[in-house]
Order: sequence, then structure tokens, then C-alpha cells
Amino acid sequence: MATRLVEVQKLKKWFPIKGGVFSTTVASVKAVDEVSFFINQGETLSLVGESGSGKTTAGRTLLKLLQPTSGKIIYKGKDITKLTPNQMRPLRRNMQIMFQDPYGSLNPRMPVGDIIQEPLDVHGIGTRKERKQAVATMMETVGLRSEYEKRYPHEFSGGQRQRIGVARALIINPELLVLDEPISALDVSIQSQIINLLQELQQRLNLTYLFIAHDLAVVRHMSDRVAVMYLGKIVETAENDELFDHPLHPYTQALLSAVPVPDPEVKRERIILQGDIPSPVNPPSGCHFRTRCPYAMPVCKEQEPLAIEVAPGHTVACHLLTKK
Amino acid sequence: MTEKAIEAKKKGQKKSSEDYTYIGMVFHRLTRHKLAMAGVFMLIFIVLFVFVGPLIWRLDPNAQIEGLEGLFNPASRAHPMGTDDYGRDVLARMFFGGRISLFIGFASAISSTLLGAIVGLVAGYYGGWADNILMRFTDAMLSIPTFPLLIALASVFGKGVWQIILVIVVFGWMVDARLVRGLVLSLKEQEYVEAARAIGASANRIMWRHLFPNTLAVLIVSTTIGIGGNIIYEASISFLGFGVQAPFASWGNMLQNAQQFIWNSPRLIIYPGLAIFMTVLGFNFFGDGLRDAIDPKLKL
Amino acid sequence: MDNREVLVDIKNLRTFFYTEDGVVPAVDGIDLTIHRGEVVGLVGESGCGKSVTALSIIRLIPNPPGKIIGGEIFFHGEDLLKKNEEDMRVIRGDKISMIFQEPMTSLNPVYTIGDQISEAITLHQKIDAAEAKKRTIEMIRLVGIPEPERRFSQYPHEMSGGMRQRVMIAMALSSNPDLLISDEATTALDVTIQAQILDLMRGLQKKLGMAILIITHNLAVVAEMAETIAIAYAGKIVENASAKEIFKSPRHPYTYGLLQSIPKFTEKKTNEPLPAIEGMVPSPYHMPKGCRFNPRCPFATEKCREEEPEILELTPGHLVRCFHPIES
Repeated sequence: MATRLVEVQKLKKWFPIKGGVFSTTVASVKAVDEVSFFINQGETLSLVGESGSGKTTAGRTLLKLLQPTSGKIIYKGKDITKLTPNQMRPLRRNMQIMFQDPYGSLNPRMPVGDIIQEPLDVHGIGTRKERKQAVATMMETVGLRSEYEKRYPHEFSGGQRQRIGVARALIINPELLVLDEPISALDVSIQSQIINLLQELQQRLNLTYLFIAHDLAVVRHMSDRVAVMYLGKIVETAENDELFDHPLHPYTQALLSAVPVPDPEVKRERIILQGDIPSPVNPPSGCHFRTRCPYAMPVCKEQEPLAIEVAPGHTVACHLLTKK
Repeated sequence: MTEKAIEAKKKGQKKSSEDYTYIGMVFHRLTRHKLAMAGVFMLIFIVLFVFVGPLIWRLDPNAQIEGLEGLFNPASRAHPMGTDDYGRDVLARMFFGGRISLFIGFASAISSTLLGAIVGLVAGYYGGWADNILMRFTDAMLSIPTFPLLIALASVFGKGVWQIILVIVVFGWMVDARLVRGLVLSLKEQEYVEAARAIGASANRIMWRHLFPNTLAVLIVSTTIGIGGNIIYEASISFLGFGVQAPFASWGNMLQNAQQFIWNSPRLIIYPGLAIFMTVLGFNFFGDGLRDAIDPKLKL
Repeated sequence: MDNREVLVDIKNLRTFFYTEDGVVPAVDGIDLTIHRGEVVGLVGESGCGKSVTALSIIRLIPNPPGKIIGGEIFFHGEDLLKKNEEDMRVIRGDKISMIFQEPMTSLNPVYTIGDQISEAITLHQKIDAAEAKKRTIEMIRLVGIPEPERRFSQYPHEMSGGMRQRVMIAMALSSNPDLLISDEATTALDVTIQAQILDLMRGLQKKLGMAILIITHNLAVVAEMAETIAIAYAGKIVENASAKEIFKSPRHPYTYGLLQSIPKFTEKKTNEPLPAIEGMVPSPYHMPKGCRFNPRCPFATEKCREEEPEILELTPGHLVRCFHPIES
């Protein structure tokens, strides 16, 4: 029986846009608009989506790096939504994040040994000697030579910097790791190395991953379950094979059909979506996807479709399915 | 660690940052920065001049030679820099004046930079109403006319070296505050700051461990430029009747005083002027070098 | 063999960058042929020299620190490297056009897109403003932007990334060039938008018949678009063949390794690690001796570490630079 490590219920994160003379809120960027999902212990849930889908914001809000506008975040059965930063601090040992940008995510003026050690310093774990030892061990674990601890980030390549990022995230033994597009900025041949490292670490350290990505081939390789986001909403959630073999939401279908495959002989049945992704400030009424959906019906404009479990573990939010 | 350095030296290789402590690395890089070394030499010369000089040349800087023929004497063996309008030995005044000017310049520049940096860091990091309050206060201070406030402060605190440092700091911290605040606002958005928050770092840690070091480059430049500026600023304040008063010398007031004798005895302007010039240049070069040396990305 | 006329023939191109830290041999002996109407893919990772090759063709290498130090680039039979700047300006944007990855920085934010496209047109064609505007609107329509008249007066920031890329394409194709160079033009776009743009490019290619040089690191994109593919590594071409050959029988260990290592979208998840290529792309300041790929190559021998292999035609139309090419 899988236990839920973390769960998010009707999570909203709206960013206010201020305007006018008195800086009142004139509009909001509805980055995450009532999203619910959960992650079981030890599994990898991927959040996929394109620009404006809200996946990055969802990841950050889950960790409370951003304050949720409304909704609940439940970690190991405990509601952490309303905890203050001070109350969150001890919990941060359990939930960490790895960033996309290998250049911006490391302080250019700190030697990498200090960067990796910082989580231990912040939480007061171990003696100085023990911390240094932990850093050395962690560096070797992620494939970096421990002699490099006094070097600065710019002396490393992109792939190596991502390894430093992983080391920093994992040195305090978290249970949950949010991976925010960790390989998008890397060269193709290095991506595979980092993917392998992440999977190995997950098995070895029994980690739970929230994997945020837009590269569907990588998602297919890494995930146990996948949630597809569009304009702040989750349109479909399913297990890996189920989603890729039987996508039910029109957006998921279009998304999957758009992915190019490295095989020149395969003729893709492309569902080309018309138009651009609408702005999250003013998402279309009812179903957010209706403006680009080839199957849009009148009801899609009126009502927002609710997520329904159409098969075990497979939920979809689409009127096409509720009609049945 | 040492054996690695020796080995590297044998092979004539460039050492990498792991062979030194942080201070060692900065020092090493500084010594290779030509401009900085030029600045350092200038400063060493000046410091020696000003501190060692009086030990060798034992004349009272305030002693006046009696009689008219003691005034405006050109360079002579008794007075290598001549005498001034009161018949005082210029060389001795240069020594003591130098001490005061350097002290005022340096102390005031560092203090105002530090004070401004703290205000800027807090305002930039916390944002919101703290930022509002601090920045409006800064703006208010900037808009106060200097002169009346000067008089007010002087009347409360009196005249003297500490008072003038205080005055310069009171009028000088705002520039650094705005500078640092602007920098912090953009630095705050960097992902490594977010990473620190994700780890659970406290606000203090983020401000001092992550943001502050990345503002140092700007602060160093500001301080070094400030030193020169403040030395000159002190001169004008003294002229107005505050700060270092006659008969005590500072390069600033010597310069200020000598303006009326520019046709008569130009050397009275040249000596303090040259000294200030060298000091300012020296600090600027050194500051440039230091800023480059602490930047790990810059290749030196 | 290809019956079409040879449009671009790059022979032994060498473009180096002279920096404070040393010499970067960004392009070190690249040969590439593009025929009329052919879609050629140039694929590689960072430091392979693909972008520098493109910039060398249109002679936009910043000098200093870059310099084209050798080779020939024949375009319609004439060596572009021997032309002066005046002549190159006539060719650039007219006969050879280029589109880049970041449309926001390629478009001037203070001019409307209509103005910018018109400018591209009037730079090379002697027509008046009214005629240029007409052509511009036609181009905007051609690249699939709805309501072209309205869009004429819009500014870049009012448009999405996909739209801006379409504007770039419109500018690039306004003069009906012989060659379109696309340098990672879809890399920054969302998957669904990328699909639209690739679709557009394919359609326009069929319609207008220009040759396209697609530069990318994305093997999937190039599989869809290109007829011929050249794989670049550390400044050299290591394999050059038809798209089918590259994917079905890659002969160079790098190509093979790359294809093996990418996660397969069409395959179910196994829990097996990916067969990744070990090591990193070599630092341009410290190129390895011998074959540049040898430190990472699982098949490297002593010979590979000492000598650099020449590029050879193993089977008709399939060139490989390797002492021990993989059996097909």
C-alpha cells in the first residue's frame, strides 16, 4: 500500500498585478489555479506543461518558497500550509529543490565546498570535521572529485554544476526532492549522465521526486506517474504507460503528437494546435483549453470541467468524458 | 596543500584557487595586478611619509617664526618645503596634516559606506514597508540642505576631528544606501538566493553570506573613491569654520588656505595638492585591484 | 547521388578565436555541401562549431577575437571568403538569410514588426514604401499569422515567442533566398509551438524551394526536417550521411553513443540506466591529441590517441571520420 508523502489540495497561487495611482491589485497572474495532486513515497511524479502552465510555480509553492494564495499542502499527514518561515525551517530538512539554471543557482563568490556544506551549517548538523567529511563524501557520490571543494562555480562545466546542485540538495538527506527542469540547460550527452545519476540516487537514498519538465522523452524515461498542466490547471494525471499509450485529454493528445522523434521514417500523426497559449492573466472562461481545442463544445465555455477518475489512477478534466 | 603548491611551482603551472585560503588567494591575485601595486606603492610612500616623517623631522608644525622675514620662505635647508603665511614649517605641517587628513578620509569613507550598506541591504532584502520607510528617510536626508544642518550639528557637537567625521558620514551614507539597495533588489532574484531560502537559511544569513559579498565590488569602489572625495570635502568644511581649525593643519585646510597665495607662493598649493592627488590616485588604483582580486571569475 | 546543383560548398573551413586564455579552434576543417532545395541538418553539442560555421558562411564572425583563417566557401561557384564586406552585404539577407534562437533579441523592440520586415525588403529590393508594405503583409500572411494588416503595426513585445519566430521567418524569406540558415530557431519554443514552426518551415520549403541549413542539438528535430545530416564534434564533422543512414546505421561512435543515450519517447519505461557517453566535451583550450573524441570513446585504441583520422566515404554518400567505424 503506497503511502502519500505529500499532497496538494486545490492549491492556488495567484500573483497580483498592481496598477493605478494607489497600487491596487488590478489583475492577477493565475499561475496555479486550483491544482490537486499527490506523490507517493519513493515514486517520481512528473509535472509537464509548456510556458504558462504553472508547473514551475507549483513546484515552488509546494515547498513554500512561495506563499500559497489558497488551498492546502499536506506533508506526511500534516497540514503545512499555514506554517511560518520559522516553523518551516526544521521541515526544510526533508524537502529540497534542484534548479534548472546551472549558472544562477550557485553563488559565484562561494567555493563549492561551502555551497554544498551550507545546508549542514544552517541546520547545525554535525561538528565542523563531520561536515567537511560529509561534503567530501557527497561530492564523490555525485561524481565530483572532492579535491575540488575550494574551487568556484565558474571553474566547472554546466553538467558539473548540476552535480553540485544535487549534492547541495541531498546532503541533509531529504525525503522529497523537487527537480525543476534539472537537465534542460545541459548538453544532450551530459543530460543522460545526470538522468542516470538522479535515478541511481533515488534508488540508493529512497527519495521521492517531483520532476518538473517539458521534455517528454525524459519524462517517459523517469516517471512513475505524470500530471499534465495547462494554464494553471492539471488536465490529466495517469501512470506513465497509461498516459503515453492512452492519452484522453485533447491537450495531452496534441502535446504527445507534437513531440518529434529521432526516427526519420516515422510519419507522425500531428495534431497541430492553432493559435498561441493564452495569457495566464486572462485565461479563457470555463475550460482553459477550449480556445485551441479541436473538440470544443458550447459547454466548455460555460463550465469548468472537473477532474474525473475514468480508470484506476487515471483522472481527466474534460467535458468530452463527463458527457459519458 | 603546500606540497601541491611546491609541485605546481616546480612545473611552473598556474595555481588554482584550491591552493590558497581565501585571504591568500586575494593577496596573491592582488600582487599580480599592476595598477593595484602601483597604488599600493603610492599609499605606502604616503603612509610612511606621514607616520615616520615626524620621527625624523622634529619641528613643531604650529610653531611660528617671528618676524616678517619668516613668512613665505622658499625651500631651504632649515625648511625643505619652506614656510607658510604664518611662518610655520610646511614640511612638518604636511606630516601632521597628512595624518589627520588620511584618518578623516579613511574613517569617514568606510563608516558611511558601511552604514549605507546596512541600510541598503535591509531595505532591499525585506522590501515592503521597511524598504519604503528606509528609502523615504534616505530621500529626506538627501534633500536636506547641507549647510544649515552642518551649522546645527557643529553647534551641538562642536568642532574637531571626530565631529567632522560624523558630519561627513551623516551626509554621505545615502549614496551607498541607494546603490546597495538597487543591487540587492536584483541580486535577490538570483536563483542561488532562492536556493539558500530553500535550504532554510535565515534572513541574516542570506543578507550577509550571500548578498553582501556580491555587493563588495561596488562598495570597495565607493569607499576608495570616497576617501579622496572626503579629504577634499573636509577642506571645504574646515574653511566654513568647522572641523579642523587653525592652527592645526590638515591637507584640506592647507590647500584651502593657500588659494589666496596662489601667485605669491604656489608651492603652498602644490604640496598639499600633490599629496591629496597621490592619495586619491593610490586609493583608487588599489580599490580597482582589490575589486578585481575578490572576483573569482576574473582571471588574474 | 544528388542531381541537384551544388549551392553551397564548404571546403576545409577553419575559424579560430584568439582569446586571452588561448586559441579556440572553433571550426577546424569542416567540409559541408548543400544542394539547391536540400534540407541539411548540422547537429552537435556546445563547442562543436555549428553556430560558428553558420556565421562564417555569412561572414558575421566578430573580429576580434574571431578570424576565418582558412578554407573556402563556394556559393553559386564563387568563394564567399574572398568577397569584401560590400558584396557580402548584398548577399546577406537577400540570397542567404538566417534566423536565430532568441527572436526577442533579434527583433528591435522599438520598431513595429511591419517596419522591420519592410526594412528587410527595401534593403535588397528597389521598390517604394507602399509596395513594400503590400509585400510585408503578404509575407506575414504566408507565415501563418492571422490578421496580417493588424499585426503590421504591432511591436515585438506584443507577440508571443512563436509569433515572433514567424516574424523572423517572414523577414528571412521576404527576398526569396536560395539558402535559409536556421540556428536553433525552435530550441526556445514550447513543444506545440515548435511543431507549428517546423510544419511552417516544411511547407514554405516545398512552396519556395529554398535550401535550409538546420543547426540544432536536437536529434529529433533534425530527423523530422533534414534529408542529409552532418554531425559535428569539437570543431570537426565526424559523420555525414542521409538522415535515414544516420539513424539506422550510425557509423561513428559519437553518433552511435548519442543516439543510444537519449531517452526514447516511444519506449516504455524500464528501470535501466541510459547508456550515457562518459566524460565531457573537451575544453577548446586543451584539445586532446589524436582523435578529438578518443577520451570518451569506448572503442579508442592507441592509434586513436596519437593520430587524427581523416574523413572517408565508407559507403556512397556516407562519410565517417574514424579509424574504427561501427559495423552497419
